[in-house]
Amino acid sequence: MYTAPFTYHRAQSLSEALQMLQQNPEAKLLAGGHSLIPAMKLRLATPPALIDISRVPELRGIRREGNTLVIGAATTYYEIESSELVRQSIPALPEAIEQIGDPMVRNKGTIGGSLAHADPAADLPAVVLVLDAKLKIQGPGGARLVDVDSFFQGMFTTAVGPGEILTEVHVPLPQGVARMAYEKFPHPASRYAVVGVAVAIGPNGVRAALTGAGDHAVRLSKLEQALSGQPLNAQSIEAACQNLVDAGELMGDHNFSAEYRAHLVDVLAKRALLRLV
Amino acid sequence: MADVTKMVGKAIKRREDPKLIQGRGTFIDDIKLPGMLHAAVVRSPYAHAKIKRIDVSRALAHPGVVAVFTGEDMMDINPMPAAWQAGGVKSNAVTPRALAVGKVTHVGDGVALVVAEDRYTARDAVELVEVEYEPLPAVVDARKATEPGAPLIHEAAPNNICMEWECGSKEKADAAIASAEVVVKEEIINQRLIPTPMETRGCVARYDAATGEFTLWMTSQAPHVHRLLLTAFVFGIPETKLRCIAPNVGGGFGQKIFCYADYAFTMWAARRLGRPVKYVEERSENYKASTHGRDHVTEVEIAGTRDGKVTGLRVKTWANLGGYFSTIAGGIPTTLYGRIITGVYKIPAAHVKVWGVYTNTAMVDAYRGAGRPEASYLIERMMDRFAAEIGMDPAEVRRRNFIQPQDFPYDNGLGMLPYDSGNYEPALNKALQMVGYENFRKEQAEARKQGRYLGLGISSYVEICGVAPSAWIGAVGQGWGAGLFESANVRVHLTGKVVVTTGSLPHGQGVETTFAQIVADELGVPYEDVTIEWGDTLAAPFGYGTYGSRSLAVGGTAVHKSVQKIKEKAKIIAAHMLEAAPEDMVFENGKAYVKGSPDKAKTLAEIALQASLAYSLPPGVEPFLDETTYYDPPNCTFPFGTHIAIVEVDAETGKVELRRYVAVDDVGNIINPLIVEGQLHGGIAQGVAQALYEHGYYDEDGELRSSNLLEYAVPTAAMLPRYELDHTVTPSPVNPMGVKGAGEAGTIASAQAVMNAVIDALSPFGIKHLQMPATPERVWRAIQNSRQMRQAAD
Repeated sequence: MYTAPFTYHRAQSLSEALQMLQQNPEAKLLAGGHSLIPAMKLRLATPPALIDISRVPELRGIRREGNTLVIGAATTYYEIESSELVRQSIPALPEAIEQIGDPMVRNKGTIGGSLAHADPAADLPAVVLVLDAKLKIQGPGGARLVDVDSFFQGMFTTAVGPGEILTEVHVPLPQGVARMAYEKFPHPASRYAVVGVAVAIGPNGVRAALTGAGDHAVRLSKLEQALSGQPLNAQSIEAACQNLVDAGELMGDHNFSAEYRAHLVDVLAKRALLRLV
Repeated sequence: MADVTKMVGKAIKRREDPKLIQGRGTFIDDIKLPGMLHAAVVRSPYAHAKIKRIDVSRALAHPGVVAVFTGEDMMDINPMPAAWQAGGVKSNAVTPRALAVGKVTHVGDGVALVVAEDRYTARDAVELVEVEYEPLPAVVDARKATEPGAPLIHEAAPNNICMEWECGSKEKADAAIASAEVVVKEEIINQRLIPTPMETRGCVARYDAATGEFTLWMTSQAPHVHRLLLTAFVFGIPETKLRCIAPNVGGGFGQKIFCYADYAFTMWAARRLGRPVKYVEERSENYKASTHGRDHVTEVEIAGTRDGKVTGLRVKTWANLGGYFSTIAGGIPTTLYGRIITGVYKIPAAHVKVWGVYTNTAMVDAYRGAGRPEASYLIERMMDRFAAEIGMDPAEVRRRNFIQPQDFPYDNGLGMLPYDSGNYEPALNKALQMVGYENFRKEQAEARKQGRYLGLGISSYVEICGVAPSAWIGAVGQGWGAGLFESANVRVHLTGKVVVTTGSLPHGQGVETTFAQIVADELGVPYEDVTIEWGDTLAAPFGYGTYGSRSLAVGGTAVHKSVQKIKEKAKIIAAHMLEAAPEDMVFENGKAYVKGSPDKAKTLAEIALQASLAYSLPPGVEPFLDETTYYDPPNCTFPFGTHIAIVEVDAETGKVELRRYVAVDDVGNIINPLIVEGQLHGGIAQGVAQALYEHGYYDEDGELRSSNLLEYAVPTAAMLPRYELDHTVTPSPVNPMGVKGAGEAGTIASAQAVMNAVIDALSPFGIKHLQMPATPERVWRAIQNSRQMRQAAD
């Protein structure tokens, strides 16, 4: 309930935020605060300083650049799920976002905050993995675009380095409407994903990703390979969604064991894929 | 004379709500006193350990810290009292001290107190107190704690047994089971729950050195009781030296009945430091250090005939008490459980044996329903087990064993007061009709062919409300050692406004509204002219508070009786004003007049003015309309009904979806249908939560794994169906209004309705019982096991 002491800094621009980060190397970036503040209240996180980037204009908004949808990192879930541009180009993205938390959370929480925090049970990491997104990371020396497959590196660990800020999410847009589905088994208390499976049909076949069950979101390569070159139908899906992950690689607790989570991966992968046929 | 509009029976909105839902209530943390300090507690990370050394020097040196105290500092006050010991409590009731001394017995046990200028500083300094522990082996399961070789928690309690209690006839039960055509045996676990009131507990203490008087603002369901216990037992000071005030209380569910260590250490620190001190729990402290509910391990046998008559019931229960004995812990798994174990059925032979056991967990005490949900779950689960065993429809088995209308008042042979009234079959039939029982069975059969698993569960229940009769509950060996009457003072002021002061302590029950409805009708005054006051021991007559669904049946009846006294006195004064004889007077619709002459009436306001100005009163009549009642009812009340749940189980994931919930309750006459519905909604939610979601889970080392709301699954509205409610009305003969109580019925009735539905859905897999909560993994594993066993059998 009561955080350890910290100082608060509000950045007005991206360059100011980067500057503040250089001056306070131990600082945490504050966007929606819906992961960070609870952790601070439980004293699981005790940053000496917070840099509030929620009002930095360069980090906000959704736009189309050619065949790419660009979402500013400090754009809230609500802004994404209510965006006409998003609804028309990737209708499954708002559907996935509607499964995050509750309206209060979605009014404050941001896409960049979720991805940079890399909570093992967050929903969006699996979604951006199957959408083949690229993440724009800005540092003192300039910006770089990182492929999503090398973005999530471990529990609460990403490719964003010290002194850097995740600024944009770039989602490639296919011809017509992107075909993606996200199936989630929510924890009855936290509503975080016990297991979440996202699948999408891209130019190179099916992409699938898993969140919630391991220490960070990963591609379900076994499933992708099993479906490679296969027609997508009930039989092929049923056949492919068997023992997709080894329970030994998953987390477990008294409510949801690793073995059960491994079983859920098969079930949710199947259900997600069936929504695409 | 035209009738004024009657308020009783109207579904009016609660008058307390506008303030509460606009955030304008005054809860404990809203209270700020000049010079107030803030306390935070150093709590044990170990379930069971010796305290070797406590070094407070770093914390004391922290800027803003005023003092740091340990249990050794507070040896001048006594431990908390075991206020109401159950019969059968051995002389080893170990209650908590203000802070632990020498050893800790559960994770979250308080070890040291930091007092600082602000709450954040206090919390920062908690981390600076160095405590050296010597960890000891822990035990968290009540039955295991009694086994040889289990860690001993209190020297005074061999085998960790604090309490050994029984009711019914062992000989008869043994004989019935030995000679029965059918016996079904089961082990039933009623898991630990954490009450989770929206407002956590806390207090603000102020000490006036000039007078030696304390004032304690507290999150309390029973401020008079707390005042008595803290003064007479803990501090050893006159009761008059403490004023207890409960402001708005944000839910309690039982958790705020008890006398906690934090009240004592906050008062103690305020006196020592000469400044007011506030202590408010964090949520995780509420989870680790305030009381929990339920936590029974039970071995049960039910016996009967092939044609569906139940002939015997034998129960052995290990009730978990936690690391210490909480205030009224002794009464819950005994009187309020064992004595109603046969439920709505005429079972000729029953015996209940209960062991109350210390474990390395948070204390267990009353939680909404308190003993009755455990009893109701047990008998209703076993009626279904019995029905399945003899291949009979579960509704029919219930019908064949119901206590019949002509049997009331009914003595169940278990030492309970006689059930006051009841008519069980109409409620069952109505619920079956509402749910469309015959159609459902067809739909269920069709669904199974498609691999969908629907289930229906019935729960016919009876419970004990108005827990009060002093001659019973106060008697030695009956459970508690105190009478539980309730008080009410009613005054009609000079302007005709009516002020009611009650010993009840509303914290969500809607008492301000319902009591005003009663008074408005009885006195014939506008509802708006009636004010209900409560919560301050300086203002309210001594009362026992709110729990056990007793506010209306006991506190409300006290109000009703005071109002009758007011009317009698009003008639005497009006007779004087009209120069008539008092015995010729009638009081009706707010006016007193001579029988047959309603046109020459005196209004209550006129009479009140006459009584208050007092220059012309009949000889021997005191001024003012002011009457107090201490109402001690002759019996409890016994609401009943039938709840039916329909679930669908996703066999692939094990997830249970609650699709429909039908409830027919008989809570007697209803003062405010909207409030009764609200009470049932919340109550049912808590029972559904036990069946499907909530579990206060300790691992074997005594670590509370469900220690916050990220892990402990209190259901949200989205996880519950739309309730379909109806009622039958069998007025209670116990009190003049014919009311019973509705605060706990929903919780008492619902868990087994849902679990019976889950087991019904899983019956194609040969599953006969599952422990609560029916989590997805538990259900999935049961299905997997069943499939594997069948494959092995093939």
